[in-house]
Amino acid sequence: MPKVQSVHPVISPAVSTRVLWTALAVVAVLLLMAYLVAFDQGAVSRSGMYLHELMHDGRHLLGVPCH
Amino acid sequence: MSLSAERAPGYPAVLLRGLLAGLIAGLLAGAFGYVAGEPRVDAAIAIEEQAAHAEAGGGEAGHHDDELVGRTGQKGGLFLATALFGAAMGGLLATAYTLLRRRLRTPSDTRAALGLAGAALLGAVLVPFVKYPPNPPAVGDPATIDQRTAAYLAIVVLGLVAVWAGVVGYRAPRTAAPEWLRAAGAVVGFLAVVAVGYVMLPSVDEVPATFPASLLWNFRVASLGTQVVLWVSLGLGFAALLSRLGARRSRTVDQAAVAG
Repeated sequence: MPKVQSVHPVISPAVSTRVLWTALAVVAVLLLMAYLVAFDQGAVSRSGMYLHELMHDGRHLLGVPCH
Repeated sequence: MSLSAERAPGYPAVLLRGLLAGLIAGLLAGAFGYVAGEPRVDAAIAIEEQAAHAEAGGGEAGHHDDELVGRTGQKGGLFLATALFGAAMGGLLATAYTLLRRRLRTPSDTRAALGLAGAALLGAVLVPFVKYPPNPPAVGDPATIDQRTAAYLAIVVLGLVAVWAGVVGYRAPRTAAPEWLRAAGAVVGFLAVVAVGYVMLPSVDEVPATFPASLLWNFRVASLGTQVVLWVSLGLGFAALLSRLGARRSRTVDQAAVAG
């Protein structure tokens, strides 16, 4: 039986709590940005098609689902 | 592997470089997509319009008049889309780098940056590409867009989990284990998750029988190329900016040490 190896903490001690919270907020903003480019209007929301049409070719070429 | 505290760059500095590298990578990907992909998008739209006109009985359908963004605008929008998407991915890469840096077990910042970008390319691009290959306009049923979007996001998450499982598989054998055993563990961990994802998620088969196969293939290669250009240049650009940041910081620290 191999011995249980030392468990690494999920977040290295070098990352402070403040950096972790900042990182989570930044990730939320960045995911929103990617969502607006790739999924909003036409895929997820039906609030209009302007973003969808503007980013249309990019959506197809980035490989995300399109109409 | 332990970088001294004053030499490790802070999160804002790393994030800024990730965003910048992502913006540049996105513009390069847009340029590739413009050259390699736009002719295919144009060809597919021509087929779409031909079908629409045939359906309307050759009459003057109002399709052209109610376009929100014309074709020229969409070609410019390609660069906007890839630049914004690239910047977002660059920021995510920089954040992953900050949170995972010490767990990557390499003293090289370049290897850490390239490894993370490679993991994203494999997990978030190549794994989804094989299950749900991208389609040009005129392919795809608008009625299934919700299911296709959910399934696509699920395979992106599963692809990233598969890469993580590969790393776990690589590290699972004891420290003295031979390299081939670690490599085998990585392959088994990766493929196990990918296989589950490919089997569990629904298949999508919406290409009309009349759609030209060579056009479909060329579009898919162009689309894959766009993503590969994005992630390769993002990884290299981020590594380059990090390396310059590290060099500058160590110079500053050395000068401070001399002055102190």
